[in-house]
Amino acid sequence: MSATPAGSLADPAPRRARLTVAVALFGLLAVLPLAVQFGLPSHWLTLATRAMIFAIAALSLDLILGVGGLVSFGHAAFIGIGAYGAGILIAEGQGEALIALPLAIAACALFAAVTGAVSLRTKGVAFIMITLAFGQMAYFLAQALSAYGGDDGLTLQQRSTLAGWDVFADRTHFFYIVLATLAGCHFLIRAIVASRFGRVLRAARENPVRVAVTGYDVDRVRLIAYVISGMIAGVSGFLLANQTEFVSPAFMSWQRSGELIFMVVLGGVGTLHGAIIGAFAFLVAEDVLSGWTEHWKAIFGPLIVLFVLMTRGGIDGLLRRLGGRGDD
Amino acid sequence: MTTSLLIVQILNGLQLGVLLFLVAAGLTLVFGVMDFINLAHGVQYMLGAYLAVTFVGLTGSFVLGLALALAAALLIGLALEFVVFRHLYERDHLDQVLATFGLILLLNQGVKIVWGAAPLSVPIPAFLSGAVVLADGILYPVYRFALIGAGLGVGLLLWFIVERTRTGMLLRAGASNAAMVSALGVDIRRLFMVVFAFGTMLAGFAGAMAAPILSVEPGMGDTILILAFVVIVVGGIGSIRGAFVGELIVGLVDTLGRSFMNDLLRLFMSAPSARATGAALSSMLIYLVMAVVLFLRPEGLMPAKGRT
Repeated sequence: MSATPAGSLADPAPRRARLTVAVALFGLLAVLPLAVQFGLPSHWLTLATRAMIFAIAALSLDLILGVGGLVSFGHAAFIGIGAYGAGILIAEGQGEALIALPLAIAACALFAAVTGAVSLRTKGVAFIMITLAFGQMAYFLAQALSAYGGDDGLTLQQRSTLAGWDVFADRTHFFYIVLATLAGCHFLIRAIVASRFGRVLRAARENPVRVAVTGYDVDRVRLIAYVISGMIAGVSGFLLANQTEFVSPAFMSWQRSGELIFMVVLGGVGTLHGAIIGAFAFLVAEDVLSGWTEHWKAIFGPLIVLFVLMTRGGIDGLLRRLGGRGDD
Repeated sequence: MTTSLLIVQILNGLQLGVLLFLVAAGLTLVFGVMDFINLAHGVQYMLGAYLAVTFVGLTGSFVLGLALALAAALLIGLALEFVVFRHLYERDHLDQVLATFGLILLLNQGVKIVWGAAPLSVPIPAFLSGAVVLADGILYPVYRFALIGAGLGVGLLLWFIVERTRTGMLLRAGASNAAMVSALGVDIRRLFMVVFAFGTMLAGFAGAMAAPILSVEPGMGDTILILAFVVIVVGGIGSIRGAFVGELIVGLVDTLGRSFMNDLLRLFMSAPSARATGAALSSMLIYLVMAVVLFLRPEGLMPAKGRT
C-alpha cells in the first residue's frame, strides 16, 4: 500500500497545519445554526448534521485505512450495529443514551474483535474481500431480524434521551451534540495516532516485518486499532439512527462501505481532517446530484473513476500542490 | 421424501456452485495474473444476463442470442479495459477497488436507464424445457442439468487451457512472476488482454446462462460478486482449482443450509424460534464457514503455487 500522501502525521509542521484546518472547520460549523437563524435554508443544517455523522465514520475508517494501511471494505457494518443498537433498545423501551450507547459500542467492539481476529490473518486483497464478506454477513443478519422489521427496517418511536433530557429531539441541540462528538472523536484519534501505539501502527503499515522484529506484536496492534475504529463507527451509527429515526439493513450495505472508503480517499488518506472534508464533499455532491436527477449514480460513478485516475492524495494533496508546498 | 428433497437440493447447490465458479474463475485468473482486483466483474455478469434478454428477444433463438450476448459482453469488457482498467494495473489495490466501485455505480444505474428497474427474464429454450424423472416422483428441470453440465464443461476446458496449452503455460508463469515473463520477451500487455477478455467472457456466459432461471435485475451482479469473493478466499486466491473446490463448498453449504437449517434446529427448539434462528443462521452460514477455513488456513484450502 503506497496510498498515503507525503507529509505524514509524523512531521510536526504539517501536523500543526492540519490541526489549524480542523479547528477552523469546527469553528465554521459551530456558527452554522446562527446562519440558519439569519435565513440560510434549514435544509443545510440537516445536511451538515448528516455529513458530520458520516465524517465520524470516515474518521474511524481513516485510522485503520490511512494510518494502519488496512483497506477494510466492511466498515458500514459498524454503522449498522450502532444504529440497530439505538433502534432495538428504543423498541424495547430503553431510550436512555447513557445506557444504550455503551451497549451499542460494546456490540461493535465484540463484532470487530471476532471478525478482525479472523480477517487480520490475511493480507492485502484477501483482507479487502474478507471484510467485505463479513460486512455482508451483518447485512444478512439484519435482514433476518424479523422481530425488528427485517428487510423493511425499523422505525424509531422516539429519539434517545440524554440523562432523561430530551436533547436529541431539538434540531439545533442535536447539531451541537454531533459537532461535539465529531470534534471529540477527531482529537481522540489524533491523540491515538501521535501516541506510541499510533507510531507502531504507522510503522507496521510501512514495514510490518521490521516492526515485528523490533519486538512488537503487529497483529495485536492492528486488531486493537480495528476494534477502536469499529467502536467509533458505532457511535456514528447510533447518531445516524437518531437523526433518521429509522434503521434498516441498507445502513450496512456494501455500497455504503465503498462510499466510506471514497470519502476517506477523496479527502486525503491518513490525514484525519481529510476524512471530514471528504464526507462533506461526498454528501453535498450526493445532495446536489440527487436533487437534479434520480440517476445521479450514473454521474457519480464516473466522477469516482475520473477522480481515481486523475488525482493522487485527494483534496488535501490537491490543495497542497496548488499551495505550492509540493509533496516531495 | 427427505432423501428426494436432499437430492434436489444438492443439485440446486451444484447449480449455484457452477454459476459461482464461472464468475470466480475469471476473477481469480485476472487477479492471479494481473494482480488486479476488479469489483466490476459482477456487473459484467449482470451485463451478460441483460444482453441475453435483448438478443434472445431479438433473434428468437436461445443459442444465437447467447452467442451474440457473449460477443457483445466481450466488446463491452474490452472497451472498459481500454478506457479504465488499463490505467489501474500499476496502481495499488485501494485505487483499483475505488475505480471499479465507481464503475459498478455507473453500470448498475446504466442498466436501469436502458432496460428499466423492473426484473426481466429469458424464456427457457424449447429444446431444454421439461424435466427429467430421477426416481419416483422426483423431477428436475432439464435446463438446470444443462447449466450444471455447461459449467462443468467450461471448467474442464479451463483446466485444459491452463494446464496443457502454451497460453496456459504463460498464464501460470505470469501468475508467479509477471515481470520475469515480460523480460523473457512475452508481450505482457497482450497476455493481460487475453486473460481479461477470457474472464469477461466467463462472467458474461454465467450471466447469460443464469438469465432463464434467475430474475434479471440491476444489482444482481453485486450479490454474486461477493459470493465469488468468498469462493476465492476459501479456495485460495489465484487458484482455479481452489475456485472449483470453494464453489462446491459455498454452493452446497448455502443451499443445504437454507433448506434444512429449520428442520435441524427444530429438533431442539420450538418451531417459531427455530424459524427465526434458522433464517438468521442460514444466511450467515457461508461466512461462518469462510471464517473457520481462514482461521485454520489463512491462505485458503488450495493456494496457488509460486505466489508470494
